[in-house]
Amino acid sequence: MSDPVTYRRHQPGTQPPLDSPAYGSTHKRHPKQSLLRVPHTLTETSAPRFDPARYKAHADMSQVNGKGALGERIIVAGRITDEDGRPQRGVMVEVWQANASGRYHHPRDQHDAPLDPNFEGRARIFTDDDGRYSFVSVKPGAYPWRNHWNAWRPIHIHFGLHGAGFAQRMITQMYFPGDPLLELDPIFHATPDKAARERLISKFDLEITKPEWALGYRFDMVLRGREATPFENA
Amino acid sequence: MTAATAHQTAGPYWHMIDFPEWADLLRAGSGNEGVQGEKVILTGRITDGDGAPVSDGLAEIWQAGPDGKYEDVFHGFGRCATNADGEFRFVTLKPGPVPGRGNAMQAPHIQIAIFARGLMQHLVTRAYFEGDPLNTADPVLTMVEDPARRATLIANPAGDGVWRLDIRLQGDGETVFLDV
Ligand SMILES: [Fe+3]
Repeated sequence: MSDPVTYRRHQPGTQPPLDSPAYGSTHKRHPKQSLLRVPHTLTETSAPRFDPARYKAHADMSQVNGKGALGERIIVAGRITDEDGRPQRGVMVEVWQANASGRYHHPRDQHDAPLDPNFEGRARIFTDDDGRYSFVSVKPGAYPWRNHWNAWRPIHIHFGLHGAGFAQRMITQMYFPGDPLLELDPIFHATPDKAARERLISKFDLEITKPEWALGYRFDMVLRGREATPFENA
Repeated sequence: MTAATAHQTAGPYWHMIDFPEWADLLRAGSGNEGVQGEKVILTGRITDGDGAPVSDGLAEIWQAGPDGKYEDVFHGFGRCATNADGEFRFVTLKPGPVPGRGNAMQAPHIQIAIFARGLMQHLVTRAYFEGDPLNTADPVLTMVEDPARRATLIANPAGDGVWRLDIRLQGDGETVFLDV
């Protein structure tokens, strides 16, 4: 049996280091020994198959039982490709976020901001053959955290992606353009490469925006690409 | 070429994507009903550099079926939130040996991904099974020369089909994490 085609290693500076001192929670949670680099095998190049019949899609966070959530309605849409620009089809995308007041539907979130009975804040969608996804939500609010004095997270939406290989598994955050809190956020700034960091900021998009209904934001994501095989250019 | 999107921490409030039933890979509706194999419970405690439990973590597993194949007859994905003691617990079937690179064979193993507040990217490790004869030739285990470190990748039997693998993120007995 021939070896599986491996995934490319990350380009230097494009990923946040596990030891990111400005983000206090990393102090006691980052390994101090170097990670063991292992060659990719089927364990890394295969991935769970999420059958939409068992993992039901849910693309509208803006209402619960037909009752609208409070806040500014938004549509978030984009395309998932690999590093070579190839569309990634059938990617399971998990999404979660705070409500318009900056409060999570979560027992441990004790921020003194109102919960919204019509907002749960989670979605699950799958990319189409062209790697495209979209969902409806409301714009989340900023929330305080105790990382440093007067610390507030810039508004963001959490994304989890399940690609074609377990080595592509990733969780990230989407930010919003023009947010003054971005400049102050150690999580956003942990990624050294400026271009890589700024690709985490979505773009307002009038094409996605629906008249009289919702503002549109575009957020494209890129999964690791495959290493070229020795025979590819032969 | 565009570099892959940067990872960001899952943070403390990811429970909206926690479905506790996913920790049982043999649950009704999993698609794994009726697959023959050795039932195992994989459990363990995740601790930080102070030895404190990571009580807000999320563990995911990815494994082959008893036939040594990925997603053939067995759906090998699970997810489990850690409890107040930092413990996770999966119910599954013991995977079979999986081909490695070249002619190598990998000993039965379960890939584990850990997400949590304070982890800018998830951490990846493996659970092997103590006493499995294939362990001595496994291509990953044999890369770890220090026996004490190698032991951090090997789950130990704890009776009644239970296998235990504690995971230490930092410090004494730090788990071997994989750069995959
Ligand atoms: Fe958040």
